[in-house]
Amino acid sequence: MVVGSVAAIGAGLAAIGAGIGIGQIGKGAVEGIARQPEAANEIRSNMIVAAAFVEAVALFAVVVALLGNG
Amino acid sequence: MTFRSIKSLLVKTFSVFSLLLATQAFAGENHAPAPAGAGTEATPAAEAHGAKKEGDFNVTETILEHIKDDHSWHLWGHTSIHLPVILKTSKGFEVFSSGKLVDEHHEPAVYKGNFEYKLIEGKTKIVDANGNVDVEASKQLWDFSITKNVASLFVSVFILLVVLLSAAAGYKKTGVKSAPKGLQSFMEPIILFVRDEVAIPNIGTKKAGKYMPFLLTIFFLILINNFLGLIPFFPGGANVSGNIAFTMTLAVFVFIVVNVSANKSYWEHIFWMPGMHWSMKLFLAPIELIGVFTKPISLMIRLFANITAGHILVLSLICLIFIFKTVFASAIAVPFAVFIGLIELLVAFLQAFIFTMLAAMYIGMATEEHHHDAHGEAAHH
Repeated sequence: MVVGSVAAIGAGLAAIGAGIGIGQIGKGAVEGIARQPEAANEIRSNMIVAAAFVEAVALFAVVVALLGNG
Repeated sequence: MTFRSIKSLLVKTFSVFSLLLATQAFAGENHAPAPAGAGTEATPAAEAHGAKKEGDFNVTETILEHIKDDHSWHLWGHTSIHLPVILKTSKGFEVFSSGKLVDEHHEPAVYKGNFEYKLIEGKTKIVDANGNVDVEASKQLWDFSITKNVASLFVSVFILLVVLLSAAAGYKKTGVKSAPKGLQSFMEPIILFVRDEVAIPNIGTKKAGKYMPFLLTIFFLILINNFLGLIPFFPGGANVSGNIAFTMTLAVFVFIVVNVSANKSYWEHIFWMPGMHWSMKLFLAPIELIGVFTKPISLMIRLFANITAGHILVLSLICLIFIFKTVFASAIAVPFAVFIGLIELLVAFLQAFIFTMLAAMYIGMATEEHHHDAHGEAAHH
């Protein structure tokens, strides 16, 4: 039978969203560094900041999933 | 400061913390779940008792007990600090040790003070003679206890004051014209980083100085609490920044500072967006008003979710050892947990920085001078 909860599916979808989002950010950052290696430090800092924002959105969904589970 | 000096600073801090986190390697089967990351309480001892009774290891319960607040601070083995319970009832204040609310088996017990108190699902409630909850009396019960999170906040504020005040005293003695010595040389790059990379780009050079104390306070408070949450043993190990009440308080302060320091142009942009047709202005007003509230709410949830998710992750990995019931699972779980702990270290820095940067950005947006040419309006307004 089906075990687990629908909330877990929601959290999993949030993880997909985070993965795609941060993957795109990483792709853009790596391409930027490839084009202009001397800007690597700047690009890295901006990448990390943008990744934190995308991560936060995914974690909003995880929080809702945890609330729905409990 | 240059990125290189901040990088070497981060390398040094990472090494110190990875050494601290490597103490998780000593988690054994007989020892209570190595309190990795979030909280250690009387419950690991209760788990040992409970495990002998039922033979069942409840992962969710263990993890949640380490994330949540508690009345006693578990130190090691069976030793806990039983923090005081402070209650305001209709008959006045009552203070007693939280050890009186648990019996030898770590189950909630009834304590008879002015009323009979019992911990129901972690909350102190008033019960009558039969043990049923007296809802009316419990509604008038205010719980001001010193819980683990409160005590940990005292510890982190103490650390904050000691570190920053001694750095400030150093400047009072030598002045800003000579090279910094000792603790100052550690704090100065961080403080200059907050000023030059966070405050000035967002608020502008003229007004940044006014908001620097606020921004530095939230930065260092969040940073120190994040770090203390990563250390598994006393005085760390309480999940303060992963407590939604703590992050909500910080978000409320950001809300107050932003809206009190906002100028007329800011409110105009919210309620009557210039440069648009009047129907668009009416349409945008409620959306912008909701935005005024959702920005601090997102700050609150971002910090809470990131820190709590990190703690849950490390705890789940350590609980793997107890799910597989073999000490050899620690060969996989502990290195993985240390690795995740290092990522959590980066997250600790990053979340403090993001919170401070967004606060500075909101303050900057609120105090920005209005540019007349920014809205394509034909008439001068």
